[in-house]
Amino acid sequence: MTAPRHIRTPLARVRGFGAARSGTDTFWHQRVTAVASVPLTIAAIVIMIMLLGRNQAAVAQILGSPLVAIIMLLFVVSITAHMRIGMQVIIEDYVHHDPLKLVLLVSNSFFAIIVGLTSVYGLLKLSFGL
Amino acid sequence: MAETRSLDGRAPAQRPLSPHLQIYRPMLTMMMSIVHRITGAANYFGTILLAWWINAAAGPSGYARFQWFAGSWIGRIILFGYTWSVIHHMLGGIRHLIWDSGRGFGANEREWLAAANLIGSIAITIILWVIGLLAMGGSQ
Repeated sequence: MTAPRHIRTPLARVRGFGAARSGTDTFWHQRVTAVASVPLTIAAIVIMIMLLGRNQAAVAQILGSPLVAIIMLLFVVSITAHMRIGMQVIIEDYVHHDPLKLVLLVSNSFFAIIVGLTSVYGLLKLSFGL
Repeated sequence: MAETRSLDGRAPAQRPLSPHLQIYRPMLTMMMSIVHRITGAANYFGTILLAWWINAAAGPSGYARFQWFAGSWIGRIILFGYTWSVIHHMLGGIRHLIWDSGRGFGANEREWLAAANLIGSIAITIILWVIGLLAMGGSQ
């Protein structure tokens, strides 16, 4: 009889090893960003309607004003974090070829972060009048 | 393990696969579930427009380019679709949050929620566009 190589139970070994190789963190973050995104999306739509038909100088001034800029920053961060998780789930559901899955998962992170930080950069630029 | 043969050497038994989409009669709740995922993916790519709009606001020529796009017929169609997609996904998300709380799973409730999701998203999108076009002063 050889001794078992480890004393961890099977449950402990598989725990947290789903298709994403992680536990329930993404599930929870998707819910938190979903809850945050509802009021932030409503606020962003109100802001966009307020800015319709205005010229560039007025749009830049209003978008860069503190309250509007902070709401838009929160909105952008919340939705890009949320959509990164959502697209990750879609990729994990439909792409079963591991190398392609890896490429798509990394591309997804790149896309969400690039869009998010580009928007944050634009808003900060307007806010600081650079 | 598709080539595995049974112990007596015969070809593997043709067992039924688990039922998939084409097996089922389309139902409203099922369609709303699929549309939730599709609108989520559409919103994902729609954020390119959001980032473009925010960064275009930095200068007159860049903003003129964005306004030209937004005012073109193809731009209007894309933005109308984007509006509906965002609203539909937001209402669908609220539906999922209700389900997360353990409520809304009854036969009548889930049908009602699915219908409210669809009707609500179309109604709110049209209302927002009427407000938006009025705010812009009619045609332009």
